[in-house]
Amino acid sequence: MDAAQLDAALWAFGRGTGVVALVALTLSVVLGIVTRSGRPLPGVPRFSITLLHRNLSLLACVFLVIHIVSLFFDSFAQLTPLDVVVPFFGDFLPFWQGLGTVAVDLLIAVMVTALLRNRIGLRAFRTVHWLAYATWPIALAHGIGNGTDGTSAWFLWVSALSVLLVLGAVGWRLSTRFVEFSGARTASPTGSQREVQPR
Amino acid sequence: MTETLHIDWTLCDGRGLCTELLPELLGRDEWGYPVARTSPAAERSDVPVPVALLAAARDAVALCPRQALRLDRC
Repeated sequence: MDAAQLDAALWAFGRGTGVVALVALTLSVVLGIVTRSGRPLPGVPRFSITLLHRNLSLLACVFLVIHIVSLFFDSFAQLTPLDVVVPFFGDFLPFWQGLGTVAVDLLIAVMVTALLRNRIGLRAFRTVHWLAYATWPIALAHGIGNGTDGTSAWFLWVSALSVLLVLGAVGWRLSTRFVEFSGARTASPTGSQREVQPR
Repeated sequence: MTETLHIDWTLCDGRGLCTELLPELLGRDEWGYPVARTSPAAERSDVPVPVALLAAARDAVALCPRQALRLDRC
């Protein structure tokens, strides 16, 4: 394999792993919302949804690391260690590449606090975890704007489907019937929502 | 040495993971909150865990989305 072939191979690797990471993140966001509802899915109990949510996120991180490392050696991207954490200083499409860097920074914060969830406490975990809602659209925009296949028909179809899935889940999240037992919990005799166990 | 599963009611939101992992131990009330199946009322916040269910109880503690569970030795 000569240098040009290696370059092409790394480039293909960088593109493919980026797409896989994005799809895994999309599914993770949707399953994270399902987890919050407290509802199971058909054939999937609640604890399995939580574990799927976690494992898809970890999978996305693994593919993201391969995505970034392979593009270190790409003749177009020419990533530097600085570009991995500091956005908008890239050589090739600095704005769109910078969005990818922003997504990486946000994801690092979300992942570290998620892995330390049982040590840092619920409030810190949850506050940082809200950043996932910012991470996902930034990562998607990076894929469309920076990706070699970003504006090709198949990738735009994947993106459109992902947006529909996430928007649908967020719309459901914001609806009043989102939480399991929401009907029973709001229909107390006093009409007040049960926050703390009164028994 | 027995261990008890402590449920912190100020944190519990009745998400149902613990009742899935410990069906022998916990049921759900009409609002979805966990209820000890066999214990007397005094033990509904500190549910004794049989040795056979310890592993499942540890999973429930680790996975509780509200961090409302704790295993206590007594």
